[in-house]
Amino acid sequence: MNLLSYFQNQNSQTHNTAAVAKERLQIIVAHARRQRDPSTLDCILPHLQQELLEVVRKYIMVDDDDIKINLERDGDYEILELNITLPEQELAKNEK
Amino acid sequence: MAKIIVVTSGKGGVGKTTTSAAFATGLALRGIPTVVIDFDVGLRNLDLVMGCERRVVYDLVNVINGEGNLNQALIKDRRVDSLYILPASQTRDKDALTLKGVAKVLEVLKKRFEYIICDSPAGIEHGAIMAMYFADAALIITNPEVSSVRDSDRIVGMLAAKTRRAINNLEPVKEHLLLTRYDTKRVEKGDMLSAIDVTDILAIPMLGIIPESQSVLHASNSGTPITLDRESDAGQAYLDVVARFLGETPPKREKKSLFTRLFGK
Repeated sequence: MNLLSYFQNQNSQTHNTAAVAKERLQIIVAHARRQRDPSTLDCILPHLQQELLEVVRKYIMVDDDDIKINLERDGDYEILELNITLPEQELAKNEK
Repeated sequence: MAKIIVVTSGKGGVGKTTTSAAFATGLALRGIPTVVIDFDVGLRNLDLVMGCERRVVYDLVNVINGEGNLNQALIKDRRVDSLYILPASQTRDKDALTLKGVAKVLEVLKKRFEYIICDSPAGIEHGAIMAMYFADAALIITNPEVSSVRDSDRIVGMLAAKTRRAINNLEPVKEHLLLTRYDTKRVEKGDMLSAIDVTDILAIPMLGIIPESQSVLHASNSGTPITLDRESDAGQAYLDVVARFLGETPPKREKKSLFTRLFGK
């Protein structure tokens, strides 16, 4: 990177940051609003995650971060993705 | 019928107390009986901004606890007739305010005043909920800056869930957006969110835009509500806010206000 491009980069980083702020805020605010809107799936996710965690823990000890729930939107439909990471030792024990 | 208005924001330092003082004074300047209550228990400051800090004897918590009566606690403004201040307590007990206690005080105030302005503490805890619970309308104070806008959205969510009107399925609290510390030059350069940007994001009707102004600090330094400074651009903007709140179209000025330029009213 030469000296000229360094200054160009500097310039682009501070240019029109308001537009970046607006875009970031629109995403985060839309997300927050879905989470408090009782008619959306987003609203139930934190509860669902907590209850799933409790059920799984009856059988296998997993950490709070080992259950991941993700909701994606694609046009008209929503995809609810559930990912449980099982501890390796627990699995080995059960196989024996 | 008396109206209760909460001045709230979530984020601290955006101008809640400045606005509470300016707005209440603006209403009282029209001869409307107005009281402004400081709900920031433990961190009272409305008295300083209003310039009556040396006249505080009893406060809101004293009245709730029956340690003093309301007439002893209410401070009559010396500059504007029909303006009264009810200071907050400096106690460290965060739960000194109860819904029942606040309801009792408001009931009495409603008989005497037309507007009751509740200056909310920052945050989303007990004190903020106490300040907004009985509100009929809310002034949501926002700076054109990411953290303030996000916090304002959080407050909008709370107004729709944690207030008397929400809980009892009544007509919702009427929301008004008030953009403060606005710097047109920085907006034009693309360095600051514009008023249109903020209304797009929050989707609340805009009540007014208060320009960033040196006069605001001078006013609080001397304990004068900014609406008493006729020379101040921010003071003028607050007077326009009061007019618009009362359903009027503010008088045309030589120099068009920011709000007029952007929203054309």
